[in-house]
Amino acid sequence: MTLDIVQMVLVTVLAAATPLILAAIGELVAERAGVLNLGVEGMMIFGAAVSFAVAMQTGSTLLGALGGAGAGLGLAALFGLLTVGLAANQVASGLSLTILGLGLSGLVGANYVGIKRDPAPQLAIPGLTDLPGIGRLLFGQDAFVYAAVALVAAVSWFLWRTRAGLTLRAIGDDPIATHALGLKVRRVRFLSVLFGGACAGLGGAYLALAYTPFWSPGMTAGRGWIALALVVFATWRPLRVAAGALLFGGATVLQLHAQAAGLGLPGQLLSALPYLATVLALVLLSLGGRQGGSPAPAALGRVFTPSR
Amino acid sequence: MRGRSMRLGGAVLGAMVAVGPVLTGQALAADKLKVGFVYVGPVADFGYSYQHDLSRKALAAAMPDAVETTFLENVPEADSERSIEKLARSGAGLIFTTSFGFMEPTLKVARKFPKVKFAHATGYKRSDNVATYSARFYEGRYVCGKIAGKLSKSGTVGYIASFPIPEVVSGINAFMLGAQAVNPNIKVKIVWVNTWFDPGKEAEAAKALLAQGADILTQHTDSAAPLQEAEKQGKLAFGQSSDQFRFAPKAQLTSITDDWDGYVIAQAKAVRDGTWKSSDTWGGIKDGMVVLAPFTNMPDDVKAMAEETTKAIVDGKVHPFDGPVTKQDGTVAVKQGETAPDPMILGMNWYVKGIDDKLTP
Repeated sequence: MTLDIVQMVLVTVLAAATPLILAAIGELVAERAGVLNLGVEGMMIFGAAVSFAVAMQTGSTLLGALGGAGAGLGLAALFGLLTVGLAANQVASGLSLTILGLGLSGLVGANYVGIKRDPAPQLAIPGLTDLPGIGRLLFGQDAFVYAAVALVAAVSWFLWRTRAGLTLRAIGDDPIATHALGLKVRRVRFLSVLFGGACAGLGGAYLALAYTPFWSPGMTAGRGWIALALVVFATWRPLRVAAGALLFGGATVLQLHAQAAGLGLPGQLLSALPYLATVLALVLLSLGGRQGGSPAPAALGRVFTPSR
Repeated sequence: MRGRSMRLGGAVLGAMVAVGPVLTGQALAADKLKVGFVYVGPVADFGYSYQHDLSRKALAAAMPDAVETTFLENVPEADSERSIEKLARSGAGLIFTTSFGFMEPTLKVARKFPKVKFAHATGYKRSDNVATYSARFYEGRYVCGKIAGKLSKSGTVGYIASFPIPEVVSGINAFMLGAQAVNPNIKVKIVWVNTWFDPGKEAEAAKALLAQGADILTQHTDSAAPLQEAEKQGKLAFGQSSDQFRFAPKAQLTSITDDWDGYVIAQAKAVRDGTWKSSDTWGGIKDGMVVLAPFTNMPDDVKAMAEETTKAIVDGKVHPFDGPVTKQDGTVAVKQGETAPDPMILGMNWYVKGIDDKLTP
């Protein structure tokens, strides 16, 4: 009984962390290439609306998820055109992308309010899924959760084990020098932004197709912003993004369980915990920065115009 | 309206004959009472703002020749003064500001436009041209409490709460008193989510409560996620704000819905007739402001009990806060034979006995 409750809590923690992992891992890649996209919340909610609309029209969760990722990618392409192509200010463009995404999502989703859908199917392997204690946790999740885990591993491998990853990180640190070396700064940055958008859209799709399978305006409820904080908290490292997302999601879920169990812990304090942790991480970062360089990509947020 | 007549004017430029009909059209439009609505959320939230917008549509349908309605959605409370003033400036004669946080901005704009009438929902400050209105949701919660007390097999009910304000606390108390009336040993577990609307978090809260042995859920938040979670796990739940049966056809017992149609239409009529006066309206089931969605997923005897209780509240035979009501700390809040006065309910910041949760001041 107790073991089952522990497993159930862990399953819900993982579920709460999944949209954060998806959105944050994409943003991490964009920021590693030196582009700060503050439009995560907008891409996420637009992804949620489009994924639900596509899934309702086609009846396919997979197509819905792809639609959501495509929607995020589309918005990101617009952002990329502005900031990478036209060298517009990244902060201003990102913020307007959020507003645009929120508006578009309301438009797309208007006809789908108040409709429910069956949640995305969960893995069921006879024998394994029923294992006591760990079965549901390891073998009973939906595809989004496995995709999130795989993405973290893939991005981590890509950034530190491939030549292209090295190029991407170098561009994020010094676009001028890398440009002088003949590397395609703007192309890499644009592709990174697209990847970030697709991931954010997928995170939104997870919310509308699996987590709470319906569409409702504003349903991301600030998760895009948490994902942005998460990237900083994780000092731009994929595995730490996953750990941080579990911590952020875990703090939310655990405080709800603590309340339900009547442990008498102050809920407000527990709700604030992830943000306190982010502040703490920032303090530690700047302390570490004094000794040997900041872990942030050196050219983060700076627009690049190639000299002719 | 103005844009259309200008375009019309442009299209028939030179044809002076056309001026006649256009002018008549404008005169007719001026005759109509313009009624504006300001919503805090999207009209498609399928909850609070959605219900309010239904009343706008009902008004437009009831008096098509006499009123013209317009609305502004997603108006942030902190920045609402501009929006309200915009409506007043554009010639609205009656404006409904539908969220608690619009209170001060409404009063401020009302001072600038003494001829415009305002109706503010859930507030407590009035002036010569600002009326207030709200609904006695706690009556519905009392009925829900009785149903839950009868139906819970585990003896534990889960309550997802938003913010510890009097409206929510009095709802919890009314629910508990209703449940205790049929099962003195009933337990109500409360989880505060500190939000009005976050489907993900509400679903997590629902899961946590179900894991802790609750077999019926009720909520004072706005999304259908808890209902859906109950449906998924084969448990029961109450809807909120609007009838959410479609989300949980096997789980929804009933839903406490708001119905502002009657109030909104009456206010518009009064303004038209020139009989409008600033007033405070706090309507309940009797006034049709609080409506319980059809009782579903329960045995006939429980349904009969729910209907009887509803009727008794309408007839004034039962009041959720009939004495004796004992506070959590053991002191008597309402004596035997008395009923809690409205100000006590409007300012409720204490739990009744039996609730296993602490209100942090």
